[in-house]
Amino acid sequence: MSTSLSVLADALLLQGGYNAALVAIGAALLGIAAGAGGTFLFLRKRALVSDAIAHATLPGVGLAFLAMVAFGLDGRSLIGLIAGSALSAAAGLFAVEWITRRTRLAEDTAIGAVLSVFFGFGIVLLTVIQTQSQGRQAGLEGFLLGSTAGMLFQDAVVIAVGGVLAIAALVALRRPMTMVAFDPGFAAATGVNTGRVDMAMMMLVLAVTVTGLKIVGLVLIVALLIIPAVAARLWSERTDRVILAAGAIGGVSGYLGAAISAAAPGLPTGPIIVLVSFALFLGSLLFAPQRGVLAAAIRHRSFQLRLHRRQGLLSLARSEPIFDPLTLRVLQREGLIRTDRVATEDGRAAAARALRDERRFEIAREIHRDDPFAHRYDGLTPIEDVMTPDEIAEIDRLVNRPLSVGAPA
Amino acid sequence: MMGAEFVQLSLTPILIGTLSAIACALPGNFLILRRQALIGDAISHVVLPGIVVAFLVTGSLASLPMLAGAAGAALVAVFLIETIRRLGRIEPGAAMGVVFTSMFAGGVLLLEQSDTSGVHLDVEHALMGNLESLIWFDATGWASLLDPAAVAGLPPELPRIALVAAAITVLMLVFWRPLKLSTFDEGFAATLGLPVRLIGLALVAVSAVAAVAAFDAVGSIIVIAMFICPPAAARLMTERLEHQVAWSVLFATLAAVLGYVLAGYGPLWFGSPNAVSAAGMIATVSGAILAIACIAAPHRRRIGQPAG
Repeated sequence: MSTSLSVLADALLLQGGYNAALVAIGAALLGIAAGAGGTFLFLRKRALVSDAIAHATLPGVGLAFLAMVAFGLDGRSLIGLIAGSALSAAAGLFAVEWITRRTRLAEDTAIGAVLSVFFGFGIVLLTVIQTQSQGRQAGLEGFLLGSTAGMLFQDAVVIAVGGVLAIAALVALRRPMTMVAFDPGFAAATGVNTGRVDMAMMMLVLAVTVTGLKIVGLVLIVALLIIPAVAARLWSERTDRVILAAGAIGGVSGYLGAAISAAAPGLPTGPIIVLVSFALFLGSLLFAPQRGVLAAAIRHRSFQLRLHRRQGLLSLARSEPIFDPLTLRVLQREGLIRTDRVATEDGRAAAARALRDERRFEIAREIHRDDPFAHRYDGLTPIEDVMTPDEIAEIDRLVNRPLSVGAPA
Repeated sequence: MMGAEFVQLSLTPILIGTLSAIACALPGNFLILRRQALIGDAISHVVLPGIVVAFLVTGSLASLPMLAGAAGAALVAVFLIETIRRLGRIEPGAAMGVVFTSMFAGGVLLLEQSDTSGVHLDVEHALMGNLESLIWFDATGWASLLDPAAVAGLPPELPRIALVAAAITVLMLVFWRPLKLSTFDEGFAATLGLPVRLIGLALVAVSAVAAVAAFDAVGSIIVIAMFICPPAAARLMTERLEHQVAWSVLFATLAAVLGYVLAGYGPLWFGSPNAVSAAGMIATVSGAILAIACIAAPHRRRIGQPAG
């Protein structure tokens, strides 16, 4: 165990050898490109098209291997396999678009059909390759779930360069892609060719997919496109920040996943990377500032406390007994009541203010009955926060009778 | 080709393949009409961790623990998707993508970590199935079908998938009208007092049972392909749901039989002695059927869409 831990530490610190370091960097670059590129896909609500693209790569891998062997080349050359997988992925993407446009079948049906049929055909090709003499050591199964064990130096370079190119394309295309993702109609009106931008986005996704095949595997690469984008969406409401965050989450997932995989060479790399990104997603779900579970819980608790304080003060002002334990605790903690539940000096003053504001809010709601912002007069927010002093003075003129505290109304 | 050897080696795989295809295609008809085609995809991913956990707990590949594990995993997935959707206010498609890929990744890692060398359970099996290995050892010829001793030696997958296919058929016939109504016009079905949410959930549950039973025998490729391709091709053949279901059963059967025969005997015609993956070939044939339907079927266009 300690040896695998030290291998992990070495891999994390890029001390695990030149190859392992290059693989980790390649995986990180790929993760950045996948996370940021996947964000556009997610915003355009086409995330699952990438699943069809990913599964459609398999026949291309098989055919490219067979073709390269037939021409007397090394069937395992990553560049060749990537080229083949890109062609068949493009065919799969075309099939999805064609079925959706030209027949009555819906897009999800087209995605599912292309995904399963291309994958099935790819499996047929893999079994053909396995029965050939050169195919026994082909290791094409690594493309299903990803493997970095024994990756060649030039393969790692190919992946790293592919990641850099994809990131460069993303930077160049980010503005039109953002516009099309948010408002295709407006984008078209300002002269953006939305069809071409969509096509560029899908090509980018396709490039990321085929580059990542060797590391993440085609079954799970869709996760690297979806999960970072969904996680990043929790952190911000601004597109540019979501894209940056998604790139960061994807990059960290790729880097950590490749490093962990270096410490456990028997395990496929793809699932490890996916689980790391899922862990980051769970962290985001819990701790994100606005949409996170923790933030929501804190917001809920503070609202609850304000509500109990308010209701408690109104009860004090109307001389009604208080039984709710939380209300009592809130009032006691602020020194508004004594332990025998009798209001202190501060408590009576605060109660009088609460009752006065309650009356003011009542009148405000009466005046602004048809106002779309009437819900702002919720009785909880201090009235000074929602109304100007002039308005309050106007309302106070309507509150004509003096308010007394402690006496029956 | 039709003699004793066929009965022993090919009859049971063809039957199992065909019944699996039908069991998946029947609920698939309603899934594609409800725009839930990718639920089959999600289920077949999610089933894996459930089956692995069931195997690790019980140490056997018996069908009940497998089914329980898969059902448990499906419940966990539904719970996770709902939780993520509610807590993070994330659209359901993306929440589904996050959950099923992560659960599949977890299942793969669990499988690779645990010692399953003694049984037929590994990632490739999960993807491709082992249709070819489901042979009938005790058969000596067609007469064995009438021999109780030989029938008792049938691979257990066959009665299992036959039972599931029969149950799905009966359920579909019994609940035909509410199912059809709620699929085409959920609002109208609800005003009639039909429990539309329950019907939707039951459809997904039935699909999950079909997926688990078929997954066990034929792997996840066939499961996904059969949920979608035969019903999709059938949808292009007719305007009537009754006819669509009949077409989908026909296409599923055709794909399973033709796919198996092509995988087993096709390579021989090319002079190669080695068979190719039957599951992959069945999926490929179903895709070919769908492609032909997309190009030539009578009702392939949307209503109002110009020809050409």
